[in-house]
Amino acid sequence: MNMASSNGGHASSPFTARGVRVAITGGTSGLGRALVREFKARGADVAFVARGRERVAQVARENVGTHGIVGDVARKEDIHPIALQITGRLSGLDVLINNASSLGPTPLARLGDTECEALELALATNLLGPFRLTKALLGALTASARAGRGAVVLNVSSDAAINAYPRWGAYSASKAALLHLSRIWNEELADEGVRFLSLDPGDMDTPLHALAIPDADTATLKRPEAAARELADAIEAILPRRPILPPVAAIDALHVQRVGR
Amino acid sequence: MIAADRPLQRPPHAKLLIIDARGRIRHTSRTLLVGVLRPGDLVIANDAATLPASLQGTHASTGASIEVRLAGRGSLAADDVRDFSAVVFGTGDFRTRTEDRAPPPVLLPGDRLVLGPLTATVTRLLGHPRLVSLRFDGMPDAIWAGLARHGRPIQYAHIPAPLALWDVWTPIAGAPAAFEPPSATFALDWASVATMRARGIAFATITHAAGISSTGDDTLDGRLPFDEPYRIPDATALAIHQARARRGRVVAIGTTVVRALEHAALRDGNVHAGDGLATQRIDAASRLRIVDVLVSGTHEPGTSHYQMLRAFADDATLRRADGMMAMHGYRTHEFGDSVLIENQLSLTANPRCTPGRAIIDSYQRLTCGNSVRSTLCRSCRHAQPRMAKSAIESAPAKKSCAARRRSMTL
Repeated sequence: MNMASSNGGHASSPFTARGVRVAITGGTSGLGRALVREFKARGADVAFVARGRERVAQVARENVGTHGIVGDVARKEDIHPIALQITGRLSGLDVLINNASSLGPTPLARLGDTECEALELALATNLLGPFRLTKALLGALTASARAGRGAVVLNVSSDAAINAYPRWGAYSASKAALLHLSRIWNEELADEGVRFLSLDPGDMDTPLHALAIPDADTATLKRPEAAARELADAIEAILPRRPILPPVAAIDALHVQRVGR
Repeated sequence: MIAADRPLQRPPHAKLLIIDARGRIRHTSRTLLVGVLRPGDLVIANDAATLPASLQGTHASTGASIEVRLAGRGSLAADDVRDFSAVVFGTGDFRTRTEDRAPPPVLLPGDRLVLGPLTATVTRLLGHPRLVSLRFDGMPDAIWAGLARHGRPIQYAHIPAPLALWDVWTPIAGAPAAFEPPSATFALDWASVATMRARGIAFATITHAAGISSTGDDTLDGRLPFDEPYRIPDATALAIHQARARRGRVVAIGTTVVRALEHAALRDGNVHAGDGLATQRIDAASRLRIVDVLVSGTHEPGTSHYQMLRAFADDATLRRADGMMAMHGYRTHEFGDSVLIENQLSLTANPRCTPGRAIIDSYQRLTCGNSVRSTLCRSCRHAQPRMAKSAIESAPAKKSCAARRRSMTL
């Protein structure tokens, strides 16, 4: 039903993700998995990344035609092999979605009770990973921008990037840093035609959320499918119209907003 | 020259030797590269990322250890990753100089190779005991994953530490296509791209599957470069057209860019967008139709790269350049210093082609007092189709006309 509505939603739109080359990290769970489905339904050429070999194979089977890549964005040594497979399989890249996230310590803990290693893991997954992967893919993204296809990097954010919630320290600090990184990337790469988005999908009914708040009332939480649709709309809205026209000239300021809700 | 033995892409003290169209040579710092270009120039770089093309494994029927270095591919298509040409070595790795590497076991069509998670079959022998065609088993996704997991960058003995992909990917590396890094591009970074923009210098890219630079075998080295697929984006073909129209120079970052652009222009002197397979050699006998300036690593006489320099400058000039580089301690190989060389026959390089005078000068030189229909001079030939409309769009150099006169008197 979700697929049908998303298909119906973009059929009349002047924008479409058809043929757009999209890479999604954390693509086997929660929002990432919903994004894989959403972009595939919109006709995009999708590669996704996750750590577990079995899960990657399963999601690739569920979404025939997508390309599953096994790798851990928190590991420096995995970044270039991931980038190689993304650009090799897709012959370049138009959209990168840095979605994979780590909560840091689970159960969530006060900073005073947070092991340094737990903070390091949150930073490695939520900050260094997106930085390294973006850097490794910058050549492909700028090539896409020069070709007039557009180039977008979406860094999945959180209201914790702005608000100081107790016990969310490691996650919050890493997401706050990622937000600022996105803004600076966006300034520096505006002339190259690469646009950065930092979007907060809202509180969703996902495994990550269950890990953070095990006793949450899931009925009050947003479906990841709905969030994926909103994020895909936001990305499509800033991609150039198809068929391909000359490069988008101006790059607007970064959107930091909560989609929907 | 001294071998650059550390994988630093942009060492702060990198040197740049500049050889202009009149054969004048000067020595400067490579950090000043963008500063020596001119507003209106178009810089074109190869954005190929480098494949981890060195695969350790075994020759199944003998159990012998081998190293396979992927060396060629028919196209840049994402699915076209089953068939490669490859150079095969026996036991050992890059720590042994390629010249001293053990030969592989005798290879025959049908032989099976086990390369980590990948398996392949030798499909053909290519006229040399070390050179074969091979076909990987499996679907493209699995082959890409196998290369990513098991492959290492091709490396030579002059760098002692093992190279990682991040050592050999240039800052602008995009689609993985090169077998060895398009190392001239190491000189560029994002700050230099921004400086170009600020100075009115255009920037564009092509993707060219830069092949291996050395095999350690003289006979095989004599066959380099192998055929190399390339892709020229529409935007780049357009940028070349625009640069020529405004009399800007086309500045190629690396020999692979020269090879691709000149190949793409073979048909009618114009660079056409799209995919191609560069098969030609460029040497002293080649007439360059597109590239006015080459920025390259330093190359030693005898290599195919050095042969290409001879298309830009005469041997006497190159010998003087070699002397200068020796005197100033230039370093060679992938992570070494750089040379900027202007085509001695380049039309726009001629200092008399200044705005205002260019139209009349160029028209006179274009015709050389003869009919513009002559096709003996490559620059004239290139200029002809557009001649009728505007003489300013392109003009030949004095030397090419002189060369034509010579050829006509013969």
